[in-house]
Amino acid sequence: MLKIDNLHVRVAGREILKGLSLQVNAGEVHAIMGPNGAGKSTLGNVLAGRGGYEVTQGSVAYGGRDLLQLEPEARAAAGVFLAFQYPVEIPGVNNTYFLRAALNAQRKARGEAELDSREFLQLVREKLKGMQLPPELMNRAVNEGFSGGEKKRNEIFQMAVLEPKLAILDETDSGLDIDALKQVAEGVNALRDPKRAFILITHYQRLLDYIVPDFVHVLADGRVVESGGAHLAQELEAHGYAWVRERKPAEAAA
Amino acid sequence: MRAAALPASGIGWLDAARHEAMQAFLSAGLPDTRNELWKYTALRALEQRGYSARDESASTRMIDEGTFALPDIEGTRLVFVNGVFRADLSRLDDLPQGLSVQPLSRALVENPEPLRFLLSRHATEPRDSFASLNAALASDGVLVRVAPAAQIEAPLRIVHLGAQAEAAIACHARNFVELGEGACLRLIEHYAALGEHAHFTNIACEYVLQKSARIDLLALQDSAVGAALFRRSDFHLHEDAQLELHALELGGALARHELRIALDGDRSRAQTRGAFALRGRQHVDTELLIEHHGRDTASDSLWRGVADGRARGVFHGAITVHPGADGADAQLSNKNLLLSEGAEIDTRPALEIHADEVKAAHGATIGQLDEHALFYLRSRGLPAETARILLVRAFCAVALSGVEPQALREHCDALLLAHLPRENAQ
Repeated sequence: MLKIDNLHVRVAGREILKGLSLQVNAGEVHAIMGPNGAGKSTLGNVLAGRGGYEVTQGSVAYGGRDLLQLEPEARAAAGVFLAFQYPVEIPGVNNTYFLRAALNAQRKARGEAELDSREFLQLVREKLKGMQLPPELMNRAVNEGFSGGEKKRNEIFQMAVLEPKLAILDETDSGLDIDALKQVAEGVNALRDPKRAFILITHYQRLLDYIVPDFVHVLADGRVVESGGAHLAQELEAHGYAWVRERKPAEAAA
Repeated sequence: MRAAALPASGIGWLDAARHEAMQAFLSAGLPDTRNELWKYTALRALEQRGYSARDESASTRMIDEGTFALPDIEGTRLVFVNGVFRADLSRLDDLPQGLSVQPLSRALVENPEPLRFLLSRHATEPRDSFASLNAALASDGVLVRVAPAAQIEAPLRIVHLGAQAEAAIACHARNFVELGEGACLRLIEHYAALGEHAHFTNIACEYVLQKSARIDLLALQDSAVGAALFRRSDFHLHEDAQLELHALELGGALARHELRIALDGDRSRAQTRGAFALRGRQHVDTELLIEHHGRDTASDSLWRGVADGRARGVFHGAITVHPGADGADAQLSNKNLLLSEGAEIDTRPALEIHADEVKAAHGATIGQLDEHALFYLRSRGLPAETARILLVRAFCAVALSGVEPQALREHCDALLLAHLPRENAQ
């Protein structure tokens, strides 16, 4: 589904990703862990198409297409979804209106029929079930006045409605208390599907107690320095990121 | 200056007042940018223009009523085409009890004497050149009186339609609106266009709100893109009177609206909301001058501006809390968006306080669309242009959220949308 090969990315003249490679297949859940400054969020942003990220080398193939050539909205229509680390407040834009416009824009781009407001509200009602998201938030402006936890759950809710093929969660666990974390995890687990892949970007192992990944990758200094199964996250938690650097001094410095 | 053609000429006091006003205009000339209130609006281009004093066909032109239709707004209306009152397009039958409405031209002919005080004094002080010109040449306008305690729920509409004509026309109109004690009125001032033209329109409005009166005013300016429109609105609020104003400025090559709100009576209050959306080479200037005189008066102003292309927007919000206006509460917020490199917006908030126990806050910003918000919307699948337009509409929506009924608010939003660039063209 996704093949990242030797990706180099500069941000504001500074090289952040330095040869990152990663392959993600449909149905898989990949966790990307690493210390602050390793380039985790840069990876999420570059995949979603945020401006200001300059790819100097390498490639990203998504479903056989060159992902980097697509505008952000074309990536969304092709099934890429980024749950933001800091969801943006947009005063004056109604949450439900926005989500319906987004879904219909994607459907239109894919040549599918758009949903009328009745069909859409039915979908919203269905997806809200078990989301622990107060329904009145749907009638407020996008993320405006939402608590930190509500913003993160709203991202998961949007994901549930938009049904992406590749969902990238950028530190969705940060700033959440344990109850909110469980709710987010439940939301993600409910969407696990053989046709859908997830990339979970996280600093802590905590989220992975609730969403058990198929693969864990350690990102340090702009590249993947170690990959393994779910157990790798526990070892990291026990030993810290320094442990990876000690074990992989030669490659990390190369 | 063709005074002979003005309605009711030959009445001594009126001729004298018109003559005096014309002399005042001729000796003062047009204001220049050394005048603080005209700092960003130069009139050189205007001086070189020639205008016809009237559109000979104004009273007979075929006008499709759809040109100035507003959704869910029926009832009493006065329609002027190129400055000329059109009884055939107006609706003045079945006036609600307590509402008296008359075109000025008719009142002057039928019974001028009661207008003597209004027309011969210097009604709008300080009188600037446009007010003088208006006093000298106003050929029509509207007289509105609401009887004490009358509650006029259905909105009264005053439509100024600029219609394409053989030449550019100059027209001057003068409106007087008075609400008796405890009276209530909804009023829509609508400036609409039929075809392209470059008419010059000069409107002076005076509103007097007696004790506990309340007016809800929507000023919808959607003139032709080539038009020159100068408006001056003076509001006098007595004790416990309330003004609620919404203004939408969309049209005009050169449009200026000077709003002077005098909170004279104790506990009088004004809430103003407004937005402009400009493109091309439009120049639109809003001067909002609020004077707190009474005790415990309140003003709350929230204005938004958007400019694209090489347009220029000006917003000057000046609040003065005069000695004795203790307990005043004055809030002013003006935020602006520049959508292109060639656009310019000048905003000057000014606050002067000469009283005690005053609560006041004012702020003004000029910025560009929030790139984070834009990316957020696009990352969910909205095309860049759709996302941009959605953000601009949302930016202005806060100024229009109080417009009632909903169909009218949605109409305002749609007009705004029609004025936004389809592409972010430079």
